[in-house]
Amino acid sequence: MLTTTVTILFFGIAYGMVLYLISVGLSVTMGLMGFINLAHGVFAMLGGYATVTLMNQFGLPFFLSLAIACLLVTVAGFVLERTLYCRLYGRSELDQVLFSIGLIFASMALVRMAWGPLAQPVQLPAYLKGQTTIGPYELPSYRLALVVFGAAVISGLWLTFERTLFGARIRAAVDNGAMAQAIGINTNRLFALTFGLGTGLAALGGGLGADILAIVPAYPLQHIVYFMIVVAVGGLGSIRGPFIAALAIGLADTACQYLVPEMGAVFVFALVFALLLWRPNGIISRR
Amino acid sequence: MTEIVTAVPCLETQDLCRFFGPVRVTGDVNFTLHPGERRALIGPNGAGKTTFLNLLSGRLAPSSGKILLDGLDITQTSEVRRIKMGIGRTFQITSLFPKLTARQNVYLAVAECEGIAGAFFRPAFSHAPQMERADELLHRVGLSDVAEIAAEELPYGRQRLLEIAVALALRPKILLLDEPAAGIPTAESHVILDILETLPKEIAVCLIDHDMDLVFRFAQTITVLVQGTVFVEGTPAEIAADERVRKVYLGEGGHDGHAAA
Amino acid sequence: MNQQPASITLPVPVRRRTALTALHAIPWAVALGVYALFPGYEPLATQMFVMILFALSLDLLVGYAGIVTLGHAGLFGTGAYTAGILAAHGFNDPIATALCGMGAAALVGLLFGSCMLRTKGLALLMLSMASAFLLYELANKATGWTGGDDGLQGISFGPVLGLFEFDFRGRTAFFYTLGVLFLAFLFVRTLINSPFGWSLRGIRENDRRMGAIGCPIYQRRLTAYVIAAALAGLAGALQAQATQFVALHVLSFELSGDVLVMLILGGSGHLYGAFLGVPLFMFAQDLLAKQDPTNWQLGQGIILIGMVLFAPGGMMGIGRRLMAAVRRRARP
Repeated sequence: MLTTTVTILFFGIAYGMVLYLISVGLSVTMGLMGFINLAHGVFAMLGGYATVTLMNQFGLPFFLSLAIACLLVTVAGFVLERTLYCRLYGRSELDQVLFSIGLIFASMALVRMAWGPLAQPVQLPAYLKGQTTIGPYELPSYRLALVVFGAAVISGLWLTFERTLFGARIRAAVDNGAMAQAIGINTNRLFALTFGLGTGLAALGGGLGADILAIVPAYPLQHIVYFMIVVAVGGLGSIRGPFIAALAIGLADTACQYLVPEMGAVFVFALVFALLLWRPNGIISRR
Repeated sequence: MTEIVTAVPCLETQDLCRFFGPVRVTGDVNFTLHPGERRALIGPNGAGKTTFLNLLSGRLAPSSGKILLDGLDITQTSEVRRIKMGIGRTFQITSLFPKLTARQNVYLAVAECEGIAGAFFRPAFSHAPQMERADELLHRVGLSDVAEIAAEELPYGRQRLLEIAVALALRPKILLLDEPAAGIPTAESHVILDILETLPKEIAVCLIDHDMDLVFRFAQTITVLVQGTVFVEGTPAEIAADERVRKVYLGEGGHDGHAAA
Repeated sequence: MNQQPASITLPVPVRRRTALTALHAIPWAVALGVYALFPGYEPLATQMFVMILFALSLDLLVGYAGIVTLGHAGLFGTGAYTAGILAAHGFNDPIATALCGMGAAALVGLLFGSCMLRTKGLALLMLSMASAFLLYELANKATGWTGGDDGLQGISFGPVLGLFEFDFRGRTAFFYTLGVLFLAFLFVRTLINSPFGWSLRGIRENDRRMGAIGCPIYQRRLTAYVIAAALAGLAGALQAQATQFVALHVLSFELSGDVLVMLILGGSGHLYGAFLGVPLFMFAQDLLAKQDPTNWQLGQGIILIGMVLFAPGGMMGIGRRLMAAVRRRARP
């Protein structure tokens, strides 16, 4: 059996990983384009639906479905950026908020029409179902896989962001878009690519976390506050900030559910309130 | 032109410094401004002129040193308080209320200055004395004919004039003008000068500009800033004759008025 | 340029805007017309009055003070629960409980507003959202007071002014909410035409400049926020009284979003935007949701996206552009 502390730590980290995967793309795109995109959760939801459908309808294995779903959503994100989002750069905060709320509503309705109102059942492969023993602890394999997989993706992301030319371009454009353009970075293409990758990561988080965040039409609205919080608390345009924020939120939320279920998420929101007052630009802000 | 009526300065800085990270943009500036004085602040791009104005107006806090207003230490005083104490300013980049009319722009400042801007229950434009003052200010800067036009629809030169009217609405004792003629064709900058010359005599004016014609005709005293420190100070004639100034500033030639940090 | 005619006093066309013309009577005439011509629609109309008041309070923030909030339902819900809880404990005079709801919402607005308004941009947006979620969770968990998920059921209110019982057809609720809306409207109209209202517009247009003319921005915005909070709380209290029921939905993010959409649909910053947007929203909702609520959701999404892309300014914006076009035509 697990002690309460280990359970909270482990479940909190697993939840934090999912939150991070979904939100990190949002942080980078918002830092890059200054676009307040409340609809980012839509892409996580689409990733979830695509994964589940590929598995259940076509009998593909879990990780292959995940990869295909990720690819599909990346393309969808890329296209949406080029057709709709790009028209709204530089518009007022209010316009961006309204547009993304509209996108949330429309996508929720479309998903409900296509898949129905009920939650999609996730058939995890057998090797993810049981428990895995590590030292003195028996941990649920699915969540363990989440943590390991999440950590791998995050390391890859870090390397890309810090070590490659593509990453350097993004960092340059986040710091000073006009300057980046002036030295010959094609910011339009950069925006679209980054947006596509960000939505792809969200899809990965949505598919991978399908057993934690149930795949239902209300998904983008249900979890919106968590995704946005991770970005706001973590800091725009950063890779590390949202990681710390996601883990903190994941742990705080899990701890609250275990220790003070009668108070629900009250403490989490109070914590967020305090954090944002303390550092309005997030714990790690590039600007 | 050089005699100064009162010996007590209305604005004074003592060893004023400001750092941006490791960079010293204002260094040990000792500066005095007397009531009614007409002063110009010049210097090459990046000399820290706008930073210095921001320190005076309270937009930026100094890293060290003191600012005195009528002998009173205002170093820690907020921007809002300093405005109430009589330090008015304009901005290098026009800063107006774009969708509001010229009259509304001035009215907002008048209302704020006269302490009625927090009033809830009186219709704004029925306050006769305030409206009259707004109209009078518009008249003074020659904008009466466009009082009902939105600020964003005014030609750029007239926006600069409106900016001066807004600053004057606050009844400043000291007026800081950050490049009032920036973006106005040199041929038309005399309009700005005409208006500056009609300012009440008791207001002390400190102006930054790259238009040397305007500066030398307007100022009684010119302060040259180089790399954040006072390089030399003197009458226009002295400055014009100063070889060193010629070297660091005038000699470079062709400064047509672009942003100084 | 400097040679101006000596006359300083100019004609004052601004006056026209504050004058009460015949146009201003239209919404009220329509409201009374509905009562006379369409009996049976009183409850729907009452619901609209409540939402118009709610949207009007949001207009003060979004349209005039330039504060975009995603947590306005938190204040509406505070008013609704205050009135509801008081009534459940036997204190059920409508006007007194409405005033209590207003007061409670103003207090909550002061508390959250004094924190939120220190920030701007994304942080402000998130704090507004978090504040409403916080209230929602509190209400959700404090089941002893709020009934939690089941809502606050079986509350009833005494007669308005001690004379008019809330009747089955909803006639009392109709006139009561219409009357309150009218008073609140007069109040908001006075407010936005006052120097205070103009200073809010100044802050919305250019807050840095407003600071540089000596405006205490934080204080002004907080005042506006508390006033808007009180009005939203009043709307919430009216809702509780008219429906004799309070559910968690009054604090939800969906409601915060809906009221923003209603306002924007009509046009923010126009005073009458709420009067256009709310009925439009509710009729469209009624029409599209009849077969399937999903249709309405899709419709709402498409309308929002389309409006942001093609018709900024909402109905009032479209109307204004049409008027301008007609006027240009009319000129030789």
